[in-house]
Amino acid sequence: MARLYEYQSKELLAKGGLPVPRGRTAADPQQAAEIAAELVGPVVVKAQAWITGRAQAGGVRFADTPDQARIEAEALLGLSIKGFKIREVLVEERLDIEQELFLGLVMDDAAKAPIIVFSSLGGSGIEEIAREHPDKVVRETVDVLWGFQGHQARDLLRRLDIRGKLQADLAKALVAFYNICRKNEARSAEINPLVITRQGRILAADCHMAVDDYAVFRHPELGIEIAREFDRPATDREKVSYQVEAKDHRGTFYFLEMARDFAPRSGYVGFHGAGGGGSMMSMDALHQVGFKIANFCDTSGNPSAAKVYRAARIILSQNNIDGYFASGSGVASQEQFHSARGLVKAFREVGLHLPAVVRIGGNFEEEAIEILERYTADLPAKVEAYGRDTSALYCARRLRELVDHWDYEAAKPAGRPAPDPDSYNYHFQTMTGRLCIDHDRCAACNTKPCIKACTAEILKLDEDRPVLAIDPEQAAKGRCTECLACELACEFEGNKALYIHLPIEGLDEALSSGS
Amino acid sequence: MSVLIDKNTRVLIQGITGREGQARAQLMKDYGTQVAAGVTPGRFGESVHGIPVYDSVAEAVDKEGPIDASVIFIPAAMCKAAAIEAMDAGIKLLVIVPDRVPVWDVLEIAKKAEEKGADFVGPNTLGMITPGEAVLGMIGGRAQAAREWFKPGEVGVTSRSGGITSAISYYLSQAGIGQSRIIHVGGDSVVGTPHPDVIKAYEEDERTRAVVMFGEIGTTQEERVADLIEQGRITKPVVAYIGGAAAKSGTRFSHAGAIVEGGRGSYEDKVKRLKEVGAHVVTDFNDIPKKTREVLNRL
Repeated sequence: MARLYEYQSKELLAKGGLPVPRGRTAADPQQAAEIAAELVGPVVVKAQAWITGRAQAGGVRFADTPDQARIEAEALLGLSIKGFKIREVLVEERLDIEQELFLGLVMDDAAKAPIIVFSSLGGSGIEEIAREHPDKVVRETVDVLWGFQGHQARDLLRRLDIRGKLQADLAKALVAFYNICRKNEARSAEINPLVITRQGRILAADCHMAVDDYAVFRHPELGIEIAREFDRPATDREKVSYQVEAKDHRGTFYFLEMARDFAPRSGYVGFHGAGGGGSMMSMDALHQVGFKIANFCDTSGNPSAAKVYRAARIILSQNNIDGYFASGSGVASQEQFHSARGLVKAFREVGLHLPAVVRIGGNFEEEAIEILERYTADLPAKVEAYGRDTSALYCARRLRELVDHWDYEAAKPAGRPAPDPDSYNYHFQTMTGRLCIDHDRCAACNTKPCIKACTAEILKLDEDRPVLAIDPEQAAKGRCTECLACELACEFEGNKALYIHLPIEGLDEALSSGS
Repeated sequence: MSVLIDKNTRVLIQGITGREGQARAQLMKDYGTQVAAGVTPGRFGESVHGIPVYDSVAEAVDKEGPIDASVIFIPAAMCKAAAIEAMDAGIKLLVIVPDRVPVWDVLEIAKKAEEKGADFVGPNTLGMITPGEAVLGMIGGRAQAAREWFKPGEVGVTSRSGGITSAISYYLSQAGIGQSRIIHVGGDSVVGTPHPDVIKAYEEDERTRAVVMFGEIGTTQEERVADLIEQGRITKPVVAYIGGAAAKSGTRFSHAGAIVEGGRGSYEDKVKRLKEVGAHVVTDFNDIPKKTREVLNRL
């Protein structure tokens, strides 16, 4: 789910016909004072952060004057609340509250439908209220093809004995709420409290909405930068990872940093999982042998070699990890040679100098294991590869053994600097990168192993030089699957003339900024 | 339920000409599944591994005769349209392989399936296999691997994790325990045929004598299985493993979610409920084959 800030959610509510308090966001104290002056009267100053219990944490302040608003904003901006550094505050009119209600929407996995939840008691402590006063909470399953109808809303309210004009007005608010959630593909949303003022107005005093991350691509107007469910702002590596995923839909790639700024040799390993279930068990195995996990990473669902390569590069950009552990369920249906080649390309480019254990069992595992062992033998690192009959725990123990006896000083990185793609005299675009060939070096190659290695059969010989055999547009669209087989074949059986440039946008900047 | 497939199940593949569609068309066909046709709009007249390709599902059904199941290998954003097309053509079982299908699309597919009396598995599913007879989806990857890993038998496997579906089944095979049916319910929180529905189908399946379930934290599937056992609607023994013991309790962002689910969804709640009703819960994944053997020996 991609979470929206309160002010963003309120913008959607207002646009959808559900009233919200007047107000605007401020990024500095003076701006807060100006907004308060415009609002004329008491205001609330609220830290914008994706957390529950914000008020209890001191993130909601009250001010009677613009000057007081400046003081409160100054106190909040830059504050860290539950790990969130506050960069914006919402300054809005303070409501004259008569009653606080609760309104929410969730997906019910059993009913396979959205559910509207409403309570006549709202505000802080709603979960306790729901447990202690179940009679004050009602819910209604919505038919997604028909939507939430006015009569359903009225009946929901009737069950709480809400009648008359209030019933009619609230029913409109409930229907508007559902329609806003539907239009923006909210995965969950809640207005807490939905306020009735002494003047009889109905407004959403606070609102949190999380958009389905799989639907974010359909809502560019929401301006969501990274559609992942974080309980803190995304790190630069996480943003880079999200862009890799957004640009290459072959399989899935998910990356989450779990530790930062740890010292070398402090027991952290880079983790590369494949599939959620297998990853959980593999991480358990690492914990059992005393490792700490620097990151969670999952490439699964038959990812391209290019995606696995980028994932591995991002994991390895965590400089102080003691080792690299790749392990999934152990019995993957995808062709495992793709992942093997992706890992090898990354290991070779960084000049891997840490122990690595790769549990790559599944379809074509024998081939995958051979690729890993054969093509990393000349690296300073020790890379071990295992198949489906080896448990995650055994592999974790192997990594433990390797790390405990590894001489980190002797095994210095020996990576080759990434070649300049423009220095090659022949190249064509692939789906996410560029395949480059230095034809001058092909003359000395008698076997042209790249042609045979290309199972997509898109390369051919032209005057004894490998060239594209299909329309370049087709290669760019995906006929070149970026399987990396030709690069490795050229490196080990040819004359090192072929290179597949797979840029990782933003990674260098992320590393230099250190954030 | 139509999730019990066999060698007579007639299959259509939507998206058959794509990277994934082609590879798994080969898996399914080589394994012995009756793949009658493929559909990719605009590719009528082509064939994939000898399977004729049509422009629409309606045309495929018209030309090839009744189709029992469709396997969908179509980009997530277009899955809803493909699923509805298949159901409109009378197909009663859909296997929706892609990940990243938007949740509101899944809800619409579910509503349509309910109206059409159809079932769907997934999204984000590896598929299903009746060992020795038929495979739908990509489980096994290729026919040779599928034949090596999965063996006909009497244990029904149901799992929320794709890789683990294959792993459990393979390790059962290694222990000499064959599988009657293997179904990956799908990795998303809203799926068409969750654990309770799969196990109800196994309850009625004469080939299945015991069930192995791989559960995870989140959703209420495992608790609902416990409810069914308690009600006597599942009488066959269930061996269960729940992944995610070490997962930290995530930040509770949604009050509404907490209100609706109560305590359900946590590792502790699932294990406790399942044990209470007599399911055989193992805490070590590697103990699944041994526990399953014990359970079978008592039947």
